[in-house]
Amino acid sequence: MGETGNQDVFISNWEYAEAPESQDHIQINKRYDLFIDGKFEEPQSKKYFQTTNPADGKVLAKVAEASEEDVDRAVKAARNAFKKWSGLPAKERGKYIFRIARLIQERAKELAVIESLDGGKPIRESRDIDIPLAANHFFYYAGWADKLEYAFPGRKVKPLGVAGQIIPWNFPLLMAAWKLAPALATGNTVVLKPAETTPLTAMKLAEIIRDSGLPHGVVNIVTGAGETGEALVRHPNVDKIAFTGSTAVGKFIQKAIAGTSKKLTLELGGKGANIIFEDAALDQAVEGIVNAIFFNQGHVCCAGSRLFVQESVAELVISKLKVRMGSLFVGDPLDKNTDIGAINSKKQLETIKKYIEIGKNEGGRIYQPKCNLPKTGNWCPPTLFLDVSQSHRIVQEEIFGPVLTIQTFRTIDEVIEKANNSPYGLSAGVWTDKGSKIFHLTKKLKAGVVWANTYNKFDATSPFGGYKESGFGREGGLHGLKPYIKFE
Amino acid sequence: MSRLNVNKTYKLFIGGKFPRTESGHYYALNDKKDNLLANMCLASRKDFRNAVVAARKAFEPWSGATALNRGQILYRLAEMLEGRKEQFSAEIHAMGSSESKAMKEVEAAIDRLVYYAGWSDKYQQIFSAVNPVATPHFNFSVPEPTGVVAIIAPEEQGLLGLISALAPVIVGGNTAVLLASESRPLSSISFAEIIQTSDVPAGVVNILTGSKNELLEHMASHMDVDAIVYCGNEDRKLELIRELASENMKRTVFYRKSDWSAETAQSPYFIEKTQEIKTTWHPVKI
Repeated sequence: MGETGNQDVFISNWEYAEAPESQDHIQINKRYDLFIDGKFEEPQSKKYFQTTNPADGKVLAKVAEASEEDVDRAVKAARNAFKKWSGLPAKERGKYIFRIARLIQERAKELAVIESLDGGKPIRESRDIDIPLAANHFFYYAGWADKLEYAFPGRKVKPLGVAGQIIPWNFPLLMAAWKLAPALATGNTVVLKPAETTPLTAMKLAEIIRDSGLPHGVVNIVTGAGETGEALVRHPNVDKIAFTGSTAVGKFIQKAIAGTSKKLTLELGGKGANIIFEDAALDQAVEGIVNAIFFNQGHVCCAGSRLFVQESVAELVISKLKVRMGSLFVGDPLDKNTDIGAINSKKQLETIKKYIEIGKNEGGRIYQPKCNLPKTGNWCPPTLFLDVSQSHRIVQEEIFGPVLTIQTFRTIDEVIEKANNSPYGLSAGVWTDKGSKIFHLTKKLKAGVVWANTYNKFDATSPFGGYKESGFGREGGLHGLKPYIKFE
Repeated sequence: MSRLNVNKTYKLFIGGKFPRTESGHYYALNDKKDNLLANMCLASRKDFRNAVVAARKAFEPWSGATALNRGQILYRLAEMLEGRKEQFSAEIHAMGSSESKAMKEVEAAIDRLVYYAGWSDKYQQIFSAVNPVATPHFNFSVPEPTGVVAIIAPEEQGLLGLISALAPVIVGGNTAVLLASESRPLSSISFAEIIQTSDVPAGVVNILTGSKNELLEHMASHMDVDAIVYCGNEDRKLELIRELASENMKRTVFYRKSDWSAETAQSPYFIEKTQEIKTTWHPVKI
């Protein structure tokens, strides 16, 4: 069966029935202010920026742009709240965090729809992954609050103070949960800066935090772009910076605070190797490849963007993959059938397009299935590149989009060498039915998370974070407490 | 006429060998009365790079050795040092410590090696976790060595300080390039003789003598070094290390000046400082 033949089958025979999620029950204000000291406050500059729906370009709300003065107010509020919060009986601290988890669960559907509207991710993902995991994260760390002496044998711990946290746009609410929950459980207070393209669920979380009765100033949320983040990073009264985002910005932050005693954790970029051996269950592996790279439009730091297929099965795997790609729905994020939603921003779409051009110019052979992309909005069809090698830029650099590079290999040593040949070290995938091969590979791969016969799985109890230039520190699980404590 | 002593030439220790510095530079180490103790090698940037190459080469086998094996090798270091206590305390004494203090330092250094030898197959159990994920997967997290670690050893206590900074790094499967105490280097570089005779594979530990001011920048900016340990109190150096380390996201570990013979100068949490946590997932449903 030819490549286009497949597409024709789907296009001609499949009558597509839309299944959009209802937006009736959600409420988005026209304007969102800063959340400082338990209250919603206008920014001093009175400046607001617009947040848009990347699927149709329509404005969803205007959002306050926090200046240096606003960040200063937020840090002051957090500093003032620190003594009381860290001095609370630990079990009471825990109970507040449990409350937040419950309130998120109660408003899960609303949060899921807003997440998809503001960020472009398929509702299936925001509903089944982002929002439940965010709630679970609070639920998990809530329980740690009064049990910290068991987490660090032989040592007594105390909180660091005020944590400045900067989160990305790919998992807006989930990243807020990853940052806030462990910080609060260990007794820190927080100033959180959401990404400028996806501030809405963070502001909904601000409402939830207000409703939870959390003491004022324990969590402050300041919206804005890079300048706001920089003001937070450079603020002298912040004790800890936690950043998730690009490696370039991570390096900038590390330099910026080099002369201070601020603690730092960085969760940065990646170029995950996904390795398929000839003895893998190939159909499952193909599903795994799809999930590894096309999950969340490829806007995933741990995406399996470098596929390595053992030569003996390469042709078969690639043909199966092409068929599977042809059946992916690209379109309305709110449609429950959608597999690949909208690219988060015009800027990111430009970046992805630039890399696709680079890939072609470097001699890569591109494949994209035929897709009926919507007329407006930011879209990119699932894309793969064949005939690429280690030196190609699209193999080396993080694209952060639905673009997969495929290479083949013959021996285990060869693929380990290739997989580790990257400045990044966040994630990797291994597909084989042989147990010893899995353990051999997981040991040799320089990556903080290794998925064997699965990919892109996340859990509140499971530490996440990278080796090498993918950053340092872990989020999630027991190990996720460490970045927010110091030993007495 | 009484017998003339045969003085030792102090050299560098790189890849299991004792080369002189390629630079040909040296600095004079004098005792309190300004008599020459030894001409120490003033290691160059090139010496450091050679040492990193040796350490990188040694990393695979050393990190792949069993925990039991690494523990026994560290214990062997303690045994060897025990047998040469007199030599080391004499060297430390020559550099200015009282005789009793010098001997105490050697003994504390031996005990420190035994302490970390014992951790070799236990810290993993302290810092690992089986994570009860809410999906049908088996999920566990284990520590793994970070890689090649550059260590700027403490200026004080040339033997004990060096061993206290080194042992938690190598027991965890890392390989190391050390810059010894500038003012108390004799016992530091002599320790290389202990290493060389204790089944520590070549390249696992490399020791340079020289100038912090000259080498620190290169150590912090070398792109094939995965972590840097700085023992000292100079804030400007700390800042410089943090800045340069960001280029390849080296892990930075700082120990403030302290009495290395204290109980608080040893901890499994020091091993953890040059470990990475790796989490592995696998489905459990068939």
